Amino acid sequence: MDFPVLSSVVFVPVVGMVAVMLIPKQNVGAIRWTSLIVSIFPMLASFWITWDYFFNHCGSAAMAYVEGPYNWIPSLNIQYYLGVDGISVPMLFLTGLLTTVSLLASFNIINRVKEYFAFFLLLEAGMMGVFVALDFFLFYVFWEVMLVPMYFLIGVWGGPRKEYAAIKFFLYTLLGSLFMLVSILILYFTSEPHTLNMMTLIEICPTMTHTLQMVCFVFFFIAFAIKVPVWPFHTWLPDAHVEAPTAVSVILAGVLLKMGTYAMLRISWPMFPEALRTLSFWIAVIGAIGIIYGALVSMAQKDLKKLVAYSSVSHMGFCMLGLAAFSSVTAIAGCMFQMVSHGLITGAMFLLVGVLYDRAHTREIAAFGGLGVKIPVYTGIMVLFSMASLGLPGMSGFVSEFMIFVGAFGALSKVLVGICVLGVVLGATYILRMVQNIFLGEFDLARWGGLTEINFREIVSVAPLAVLTIAIGVYPKPLATLMRATLENLVTLMAR
Amino acid sequence: MEWQLPEYNLQMMLPEIFLFLWALAVMTFDLVTKRKTGSAVGYLSLLGLLVTGFILSVTGYGRGFTTMFFNDPMSLFFKIIFLGSAFMAIASSFGITKQKIVNHRGEYFGLILLSAVGMMFLSSSNELLSLYIGLELTTIPLFVLAAFFKDDKLSVEAGIKYFVVGAFSSALLLYGLSFLYGLSGTTDLVQMKINLAITHLTFKNIGLILSLAVVLLVAGIGFKLALPPFHQWAPDVYEGSPTPIAAFLSVGSKAAGLVAFAKIFLNGLSAFYSPVMAPNDWGKLAGLLACLALIIGNVLAIRQSNIKRMLAYSSIAHAGYIMIGMVAMNELGIASVGFYLFAYLFANMGAFGVVAIFEDKSGSCQITSYAGLSKTSPLLSISMTVFLLSLAGIPPLAGFLAKYYVFAAAIKVAATDPAFSWMYWLVGIGLLTAVFSLYYYANVIKQMYFSAELSPYRISFSAPAMSVLLIGLIGVFLFGLYPEPILQFASKMSLVFGFVQY
Repeated sequence: MDFPVLSSVVFVPVVGMVAVMLIPKQNVGAIRWTSLIVSIFPMLASFWITWDYFFNHCGSAAMAYVEGPYNWIPSLNIQYYLGVDGISVPMLFLTGLLTTVSLLASFNIINRVKEYFAFFLLLEAGMMGVFVALDFFLFYVFWEVMLVPMYFLIGVWGGPRKEYAAIKFFLYTLLGSLFMLVSILILYFTSEPHTLNMMTLIEICPTMTHTLQMVCFVFFFIAFAIKVPVWPFHTWLPDAHVEAPTAVSVILAGVLLKMGTYAMLRISWPMFPEALRTLSFWIAVIGAIGIIYGALVSMAQKDLKKLVAYSSVSHMGFCMLGLAAFSSVTAIAGCMFQMVSHGLITGAMFLLVGVLYDRAHTREIAAFGGLGVKIPVYTGIMVLFSMASLGLPGMSGFVSEFMIFVGAFGALSKVLVGICVLGVVLGATYILRMVQNIFLGEFDLARWGGLTEINFREIVSVAPLAVLTIAIGVYPKPLATLMRATLENLVTLMAR
Repeated sequence: MEWQLPEYNLQMMLPEIFLFLWALAVMTFDLVTKRKTGSAVGYLSLLGLLVTGFILSVTGYGRGFTTMFFNDPMSLFFKIIFLGSAFMAIASSFGITKQKIVNHRGEYFGLILLSAVGMMFLSSSNELLSLYIGLELTTIPLFVLAAFFKDDKLSVEAGIKYFVVGAFSSALLLYGLSFLYGLSGTTDLVQMKINLAITHLTFKNIGLILSLAVVLLVAGIGFKLALPPFHQWAPDVYEGSPTPIAAFLSVGSKAAGLVAFAKIFLNGLSAFYSPVMAPNDWGKLAGLLACLALIIGNVLAIRQSNIKRMLAYSSIAHAGYIMIGMVAMNELGIASVGFYLFAYLFANMGAFGVVAIFEDKSGSCQITSYAGLSKTSPLLSISMTVFLLSLAGIPPLAGFLAKYYVFAAAIKVAATDPAFSWMYWLVGIGLLTAVFSLYYYANVIKQMYFSAELSPYRISFSAPAMSVLLIGLIGVFLFGLYPEPILQFASKMSLVFGFVQY
């Protein structure tokens, strides 16, 4: 038997969590370094998987590195079944990278360090698990396991309204998950023989009655849409982002939001093509509303972190638009690109906002001005990611948005896509205004004279994100190749 | 006909007989040693429970007193739950007996054991009269235990309230049972099932009386289970009685009520569960009570500031979830009832154990007094968090699988038989109120972890208290991650009932 690489990616962080919990809590340095080193293993493993998948497996849509299905709870036909394909590999890569980056960025946490790092590693295990699970029950377990550390990370180390934000996040996502649970159970009992195996269910589900497909599709959609979050389920997101500590915001924006879109692509889209065809227009409409609404709300924000948070709503709207154009490989690929690119860019944006906040203790955009004079390196990096975020050609954001528009234009209502293109213009507006207000203009020497430049650790943590953003922007082909076979297969499944 | 002595098979009843004698011995021991033995009485009671467990494991299946006393998979499963809850209740009582009940330890522990004997007898009985006797033996010691703090107004109130309600509900139950006897001419549950069907088919007009019997029985057992609208006594009694007794009430006594419900309805009245026998369909009535329990329990728990009252309302809600599995009435349903109780045993006894340990030190049951506890007592806080999350149904803890199983049973019925599509509503309400439940459980976690202040209490454990936490934690994790053996065992319970296979 091969080395169970996927299981190790999921469970090494759990082992790390236990190890961290055994270190005495006064020994802060050891806790930090242990968790960082532990998180490097899944990161390297996810890099290796990406490398190996690209060279050996990306030609076919079949699952790679499959483990199982082993019987876990035979009385309920629950299996332990893992595997990855072209849509989960990029997500694994992103999760591995962003977790290590966020742990590096968490070294400035001084309050209750041990618990913080323990919860963070548990969070990583949950995220990795979601992207590799192929059994519904297992998927659900990982999906929920993540909520607990996230609740604590926001609630203990968050900002002034942390308790409200934490419980809102927890309740909102739990509500969504329960919709998913009902669908899972309905699918289990209507499939013959009863199964929770996602791959089998993808084969079986299109033969179910139309009503059943619609009900399950809508329930799954609510569950995943809350996670994305799609307008109008987005209200937990600004609260959670603003209150969460920097590294948690990075994970939230970089990985957690992607779970929603990933799950749609993995589960509900290929499983219920009939329902998808019926509802795709409306999905595109709420995607478009998300794009425009998120951009408009971003424009009105006075708080820098809130601006980035609402820009996520707008960017994830593009993903939904790409997903609604399910008949086009280009659009779906664009959606995947957007997921990766948004993870990199917004992750970096949150890191940078955190860097500024640590020094200035405020995030109010109007409080700054002319910072470009005082901290040029920080300004340079921030402007780079701002440009990537507004979709400047040569960066990954442009590639993804372009692909989504090209794909969606052929597949969806042209008026609707036209409206969405306006979202890009609005995006440029709020980003440029933000850049102008913070980095250009008059410098308040009395207030910000003591501001220090971004330090080496912080540069190290954003550097890989910057490199990847530009690399994907300049040469997107490898990523496209990696996903092609899987996406083509998905599109055929959705055309059934 | 020649009169024959029934086949006694006394060895079938060995665990009950042993525990009964042991309870008397515990009380006597305390008296003979002039109440100077300290915690030894408690350890003696724990030992008795362990020995009973051992005897139980070697007794095996069989029956005694002709058909009155059955040792079947169901009774065995429930007996494990009863012994477990008695064990954990006694183990978390050591603080209280040291501080407050110094002079009546023997009675305190002895009565818990006697109540456990009643539960065990009840779960084995297959006949109305012995069932009723078992139920009384379960509750009468609990009346005394609830009022054990004689000088505490709340405790006395709890005792009186529980006594009045308990006596009243017993009367209702007995009245209902008498109707069943009148209609069927037998007290044997299996025979009753046949006789009732024959009577129904012959006379066609037993509907009204049967409905009356069903209503009386549901009300009688509803009081014991604290199912709304018969739930008002529960929060007051839980608040007033000693914490370990509240725990025992919420798990042991609840399980006893459920086993009585299963025996009377799922066995004796099983013919009258279906739209075919429309006017006497008790399924919908029980479903309605489950629905009320879910809503009332979960909503009212949000407003509680006393953790024991909060757990009281939460246990009302859990009875609602268990009833979903009960009214599903298929082989999955009864197994899910068993598994749910099993998961609930560890999580709820654990949570009450933490409350008891905390109360011994701080003297407070207010949720706000838990503020900042995670900084001074990390182990206690993490255990409480795990127990509460399991009660809320967060995977991979046992409580999640229990909820999953119950909902699976309900959806199975609803998806396969159109006559039961109303079960979808039950599931919907159950899931929605589960979100509510997370809110009040998380409220305690919030106090322990999110509060900036430092708790003034630094909690240390005695060995028995530690064992409660450990048993709870191991149970919650183990049966969440590796539930297969218990699921197998629980699914054997359906053999007791003759279910229709879908």
